[in-house]
Amino acid sequence: MTASAPNTPSVDRSAGIKRGFSAGSFFIYLFVGAFAMMCLYPFALVIAGSFTTKAYSTLHGFTLWPGTDGLTLAAYQSLFVNMTFIVNGYKVTLFTTVFGTMLSLFTNSMMGFVLSRKHLKGRRVINFYVLFTMLFSGGMVPWYIICIRYLGWMVDTIWALIIPMLAGPWNIFLFRNYFNSVPDALYESARIDGAGDFRIYSSIYLRVSAPVLATVTLFTALGFWNDWWLGLMLIKDHTELYPLQMLLRNIISNLQFLQTMESSAQVQMMMASIPSDSVRMALVIVTTGPILLLYPFVQRYFVKGIMVGAVKG
Amino acid sequence: MTNTASETARSPRGTGARRSFIQALSSWQLYVMALPTMALLFVFSYWPMFGAVLAFKRYRVRDGILGSAWMNPLLRNFQALGSADARQAIRNTLFLNFMFIIVGTAFALTLALMFNEVRHKTYKKITQSLSFLPYFISTVVIGIFASGMLNYENGSINGMLAALGREKIGFFMEAQYWPLILLIVTIWKGAGYSSVVYLATIAGVDAELYEAAKIDGASRWGEMWHISLPMLRPTVIVLTLLAIGRIMNADFGLFYNVTQDMPTLYSTTDVIDTHVYRLLRKRGDIGISTAVGLFQSTISFVLVLISNYAARKIDDSAALF
Repeated sequence: MTASAPNTPSVDRSAGIKRGFSAGSFFIYLFVGAFAMMCLYPFALVIAGSFTTKAYSTLHGFTLWPGTDGLTLAAYQSLFVNMTFIVNGYKVTLFTTVFGTMLSLFTNSMMGFVLSRKHLKGRRVINFYVLFTMLFSGGMVPWYIICIRYLGWMVDTIWALIIPMLAGPWNIFLFRNYFNSVPDALYESARIDGAGDFRIYSSIYLRVSAPVLATVTLFTALGFWNDWWLGLMLIKDHTELYPLQMLLRNIISNLQFLQTMESSAQVQMMMASIPSDSVRMALVIVTTGPILLLYPFVQRYFVKGIMVGAVKG
Repeated sequence: MTNTASETARSPRGTGARRSFIQALSSWQLYVMALPTMALLFVFSYWPMFGAVLAFKRYRVRDGILGSAWMNPLLRNFQALGSADARQAIRNTLFLNFMFIIVGTAFALTLALMFNEVRHKTYKKITQSLSFLPYFISTVVIGIFASGMLNYENGSINGMLAALGREKIGFFMEAQYWPLILLIVTIWKGAGYSSVVYLATIAGVDAELYEAAKIDGASRWGEMWHISLPMLRPTVIVLTLLAIGRIMNADFGLFYNVTQDMPTLYSTTDVIDTHVYRLLRKRGDIGISTAVGLFQSTISFVLVLISNYAARKIDDSAALF
């Protein structure tokens, strides 16, 4: 029995099939399928919505298939006319995502490496220094005041979208835990060969940590790509520095602002010139598209990431 | 300190203090490598912690944080916690998070058990991939999704209601629907993610247990009830405890973007984080908003310590620290 233990999962699986496709199985498949469809539905709705004419949506509401009469490319055409602001947003977001992720990986993995050196004097203190930031926070307001009042050089520059997000305690601990599992002999022998700590970190430890690098890269890049908070708080006058998510947000605010105003002729004209719901949806497709396209390729790192994330920090 | 034996073997000369000084010196590169992150954490985490003294001050830009005058009485800013708005925000935060924890955990657990029973590999792979797709989406986009469904003029749900001859619902005007809407959004966004954690735990269960149960004639539901679920218990308890530690904190982006910050919905959707944000940006009251935030993070801190202590009691490896 013990000899067959490693094979039991497959035995188990075939035994499951032998049980037949009962009503219970049917319910399980239905439940799981229904949830998957529920997760997919808003995406499908927004894709369909971005091609829907205003006439159709006011009459029937957005649907998954507006019929051939309800289809239009107008939303995308109007985005095309306003290309410059989208291209601008893309430039900002691409820069913060690529550069921010690289910087963040570099600093956090270095810190993880330092914390994994068991003989380092003061390691426990540094470890606590990092950990404490996960337990207590001064709150959003002092953070904001410090950025605005004391770090004014950063406000309204692209650095405001990168620097505050660089240090990530969670990622630091992911790196530390991974580096802890690297055999010490690797470090010791490199040390004897005369390599310095930075050398050992960059040419040995980083080389053997592809799995954790992939996972942290994915989560960090996603964080930068989806960020709008820093744009909202720290970009004040230079709106050309708005990242994509902030452009999306702003379009919503503009619509709301106009809806709450009295309907004058002037407002009507403005309403005609600002994007309708379909344009907003088209912008969602344009800004979220890259994530959806990359998703099938990166999602396995995501699953791995959740599993290592479940290990303690 | 723990391997004094090997260290003495390596450097027989010198006394303890001198030896450790030399040892620290030889790893100077490590200290330099720690510097960038330590500086970043200092500026964006520790400095704001000290900056929280603003809760006890009357902030003036000209005077800065240190130079601003103290409040008189010192705790005056904290009186704002007694206001109807603040009490409502605290109540909403606790109630909504409590509901999210209970229903969200139950749902994610059910989902994981169901995924575990799906034998068709491709079907499992596709449904599972779709289930955590929402986790990749920004809250701004989730806000647009919600609007596409709930809008009065052209939302898909109102379209369906109209097609059925029912009256449309002005979701963004009626607060009573929002606890449910936010619950659905939270499950939609997070259940797939949580189920992966549970699935990983189930995968770690010894296959022999299931084998033995099968020999004893256990049904599929019996296996679920008597093996999978008990095995998941420590994980569920620990994750729930850690969630309780964060019960004072809400996902600002979710609440701000999905409700579109509509004042008509505040009575059920305004949470501490959105309340603080509004005190800061709309009313510009630095002292009061800092005080409410400090109240939140202090309670949070205590809760995190307690819940982590409890989690460690149950499963030593699962605690946060």
